[in-house]
Amino acid sequence: MPPKPETWLRVTPNGLYCVPGDFFVDPVLPIERAVVTHGHSDHARAGHRHVLATPETVAIMRRRHGADGTTTYQALAYGERLRIGDTTLGLLPAGHVLGSAQVMIDHAGSRVVVSGDYKRRPDPTCPPFEPQSCDVFVTEATFALPVFRHPPDEHEIEKLLHSVRVFPERAHVVGVYALGKCQRVISLLRRAGWDRPIYVHGALDGMNRLYEELGVPLGPLLPATGPSKKELEGQIILAPPGAVNDLWARRLPEPVAAMASGWMRVRQRARQRGVELPLVISDHADWDELCRTIEEVAPGEVWVTHGREEALIRAASLMGIAARALNIVGYEEEAGA
Amino acid sequence: MNRFAELLDSLVFTPSRNGKLRLIREYFATTPDPERGWALAALTGELSFREVKPAQVRDLAMRRIDPELFGWSYDFVGDLAETVALVWPDRSGEGHAPRLSEIVETLRAAVRADATSLLEAWLDGLDGTGRWALLKLVTGGLRVGVSARLAKTAAAELGASNVAAVEEVWHGLEPPYEALFAWLEGRGPRPETGAAPTFCPLMLAHPIEEGELAALDPADFAAEWKWDGIRVQIVARGSGKRLYSRAGEDIGGSFPELVEALPDDVVLDGELLVVRGGEVAPFNDLQQRLNRKTPSLKMMSDYPAAVRLYDMLEERGEDLRGLAFRERRARLETWYRAAPRPRLDLSPMVPFESWDELAALRAQTRANGIEGLMLKRVDSVYVPGRPKGQWWKLKRAPLTVDAVLMYAQRGHGKRSSFYSDYTFGAWRDGELVPIGKAYSGYTDEELLRLDRWIRNNTTNRFGPVREVAPGLVLEIAFDSVHRSTRHRSGVALRFPRIHRIRWDKPASEADTLELVESLLT
Repeated sequence: MPPKPETWLRVTPNGLYCVPGDFFVDPVLPIERAVVTHGHSDHARAGHRHVLATPETVAIMRRRHGADGTTTYQALAYGERLRIGDTTLGLLPAGHVLGSAQVMIDHAGSRVVVSGDYKRRPDPTCPPFEPQSCDVFVTEATFALPVFRHPPDEHEIEKLLHSVRVFPERAHVVGVYALGKCQRVISLLRRAGWDRPIYVHGALDGMNRLYEELGVPLGPLLPATGPSKKELEGQIILAPPGAVNDLWARRLPEPVAAMASGWMRVRQRARQRGVELPLVISDHADWDELCRTIEEVAPGEVWVTHGREEALIRAASLMGIAARALNIVGYEEEAGA
Repeated sequence: MNRFAELLDSLVFTPSRNGKLRLIREYFATTPDPERGWALAALTGELSFREVKPAQVRDLAMRRIDPELFGWSYDFVGDLAETVALVWPDRSGEGHAPRLSEIVETLRAAVRADATSLLEAWLDGLDGTGRWALLKLVTGGLRVGVSARLAKTAAAELGASNVAAVEEVWHGLEPPYEALFAWLEGRGPRPETGAAPTFCPLMLAHPIEEGELAALDPADFAAEWKWDGIRVQIVARGSGKRLYSRAGEDIGGSFPELVEALPDDVVLDGELLVVRGGEVAPFNDLQQRLNRKTPSLKMMSDYPAAVRLYDMLEERGEDLRGLAFRERRARLETWYRAAPRPRLDLSPMVPFESWDELAALRAQTRANGIEGLMLKRVDSVYVPGRPKGQWWKLKRAPLTVDAVLMYAQRGHGKRSSFYSDYTFGAWRDGELVPIGKAYSGYTDEELLRLDRWIRNNTTNRFGPVREVAPGLVLEIAFDSVHRSTRHRSGVALRFPRIHRIRWDKPASEADTLELVESLLT
């Protein structure tokens, strides 16, 4: 009889801790050994002693945190296996952003998969989520309410292009998270035939360059600071969410404030943020994707973390799958989700 | 339906009037009949069918989704139509997506019992935005921030026409308005309205200040009081009698006692007022009667409505609009005296020789509960809109208070990075209470400086709103003060704007709520 996963995988104030491997998954405080699912700052914090992640996530963390000498990185490609203590560890694509992974841990005949953040729809900038059967599936729950159903990406991009056609004398500034959302929106625009230069805020430069170095082509990009208002008429500009409605945007001709985020699905929420053009484009699974994933993975048990746990637990129990909440603190409900 | 749903969705998020206008016009230009006609009817509030009750919508949702999941969702979203639209299991690929015309025509013919099953099938055929728009439509009340007039303006702009031309034929038309669109696009004749009691778009005045009068010759002008009610038009033509608001909306339903008393075969311009024993009641009394679809007998006796007449546009089929004001006024007086005219009286002319004399008259208007004076060129013909140099409105001098800036909110479009909307308050027992909001009255340079001051004095942030330390005094000009539940102070200002920014004045020396209340009308 294999040991029950709750005896060897525990929630601690630092995050999720694997006892037989002596490592943490996405620890929220600096620790000795961390396995990191993806490069978003609330999952990939600085200051750990050793970090294990996919080669892409390692590259992202190095770029973000610099070579401060305190951290050593070890890369593990998708599909490879690594023995750590009394466990075998593997990383599987999660489809969230470039380099994002689910962490698969085998110990004494039982298997846990920690999803990290994930989505199920195709994303031109990263490989798709691979469902893996397991005893316990630890899932995220950012958009775990039935109200969150992300429409097809093409539909949202067409909404943006339609607005550009109706308001050709204005600039369209889209708020995007620097890692993942930015490059995905660019790629989706390219697929929709937008081959003109896309103007970007300086804070997005580094990650765009890194994506291109890692083999994700983004087409012509230009800095948004520099061109005259006249030149920016009818153009699409990407900026961090906080810059869209603030001082920075004064350089733009009558900007239409757009935001690419799963939160945009709820109108009141979008309006509160002063968004004029909400684009429901998310790097997280929507309600249907979360439920479908639990069905496909068909784990013995589901542990639900960061988000609206109660609704997903209810849905799992309606499917006849045991589920409980893992109360890990420290992950943000960030605006760019 | 999907195109219309996308339009409504964009309108909800587009704050500027021009932006909304552009979106609606683009929709009309790219959507075929009769879809766009039904859309125009929906936007102008001209659709009528038995509405579906919110409880029916909720019951329908419960058949499709676990009640517990629904409860959490509703708590999160806070709006029933939106919640149901979002949680409804999406089968839009499989079902039949209805067109707007299909929905409207079917519902008009349907009995209430059938409405829910129709709705259920449509919800299955539409996507999330489509379901949201459908539920807004069938539960009554689109609430997308578009006035009927704005929708008509967008239609008019399809051709080289203007909204007045559309308003003139509007009340002789029925949805889905195919003849109207054909005319606007130059494919057909102007729709024939015959003897229908259609609206004649109003002639409006430009504001003028006392100091600007010197450039005009008093002999060219006639003066009359500007009563503090709402401008209306009475149209009695054939067997139809209508009371229109200045935007061409038929408001007769709210004033049945007045409509019943209307004379025959005449078009009149006047001010709708509550009048008791010959005395004009404050505007607030009229407010009790506005927007009430069917007033009670008690309302009608407590707040009796009347129209004070300014002008006459048509008499027994003869269009008088081409005559000079002087001649129209003479016709009005003769007509008025020919027979008893219950619930109507003549607004008297105000004789004056010089601008000084007029200024003296104006100084008394506030004490007499009058909003100001109107100046009309005696030779002015009646032209819809605001022709230059013909009519002027000289409002009574505004009141002012020194208030303290409390909150600032970012604007939209050109002002999206500026804190340009201000909530200000007055002192009550050592605490500031909000009394109003203003977003005009400053120059571009002042806006820059205000924006900088706000960023440097922020004490709290709520989304696009910043709370600031009590340190900046704004001199606010406004027309009057009323009791209101809108602000915590219990008062509201009418037409507030920033008159001066008192960079020099300490906040502690700003005015008290007590002083503001002493100005209540």
